[in-house]
Amino acid sequence: MRQFYGATLSSRLMLGTAQYPSPAILTDAFRRSDAGVATVSVRREAGRGGEGQDFWDLIAALGVKVLPNTAGCHSVREAVTTAHMARELFDTTWIKLEVIGHSDTLQPDPFGLVEAARILCDDGFEVFPYTTEDLVLADRLLEAGCQVLMPWGAPIGTGLGLNNIYGLRSLRAHFPDVAMVIDAGLGLPSHATMAMELGYDAVLLNTAVSKAGDPAQMAKAFACAVEAGFLAHQADPMPARDMAAPSTPVIGKAFLE
Amino acid sequence: MKILVNAETKEVSTHVLSDILVELGYGDVKIATALNAAFVAKTARAQTQVVAGDRLEIVTPRQGG
Repeated sequence: MRQFYGATLSSRLMLGTAQYPSPAILTDAFRRSDAGVATVSVRREAGRGGEGQDFWDLIAALGVKVLPNTAGCHSVREAVTTAHMARELFDTTWIKLEVIGHSDTLQPDPFGLVEAARILCDDGFEVFPYTTEDLVLADRLLEAGCQVLMPWGAPIGTGLGLNNIYGLRSLRAHFPDVAMVIDAGLGLPSHATMAMELGYDAVLLNTAVSKAGDPAQMAKAFACAVEAGFLAHQADPMPARDMAAPSTPVIGKAFLE
Repeated sequence: MKILVNAETKEVSTHVLSDILVELGYGDVKIATALNAAFVAKTARAQTQVVAGDRLEIVTPRQGG
């Protein structure tokens, strides 16, 4: 199992905690997924009813590592301030860094992302940048101090799967020693299998599970899919070819014309 | 004095951030704070002065993807 900032995870599946029909279903989904990481966020305290504390108690009971995000941040300053608040609230140096550059696609702002990553890495954070499959951007993030990359499969919440197989394969090939997680855009377990078959170390998803008709069963399906893709990658798949090749031996075939 | 707390105007009677949080009912709540968009660590709240019109953000753990 690849290490993430020195941590060996119990699973290759990271799961978000948003948009579940109920806290009980969230808990059930996590149990069936066997996910090793839960992503969380920080948001304004609406009242003083302890809603945040209740949520935190629920997450703590899952016994998984917590990865806070800077979701919704559109500037470096916002992202850095949010990261500091998250570090204090969740008592972790891990941060899933999102600096959003476009409201419709929620694609990362590559320039702000690198700047924020550098600031946070210098300040002792262990940054998981939500990025694209762009090789140059990946290089800049690694130079900034990131030891993990999290390229998108497709825009957040779309469920489209892996939009740029060539780009993701190329990214994996160029940085074979870097821990990499496909983050966002997955909709089906087969998308997760494909990501793992490409050699990625883990997948991170939320909506595909939380918005399924049966989130717990979908969580289990993703767990199986991730494992299948990982095993397939380890098994060294056969190369694809354009022309057919018979698998049954031709020699010894009876002459029946 | 009046300050903005999570974008809502609130009347508070003290200028010290930690005291303001107690006055607003956050004394024992798991929160993080930012004043005028700058993070204020829990350990710094007792030394942080707040003036009229300041923008205080109070956040808690929430669901996220």
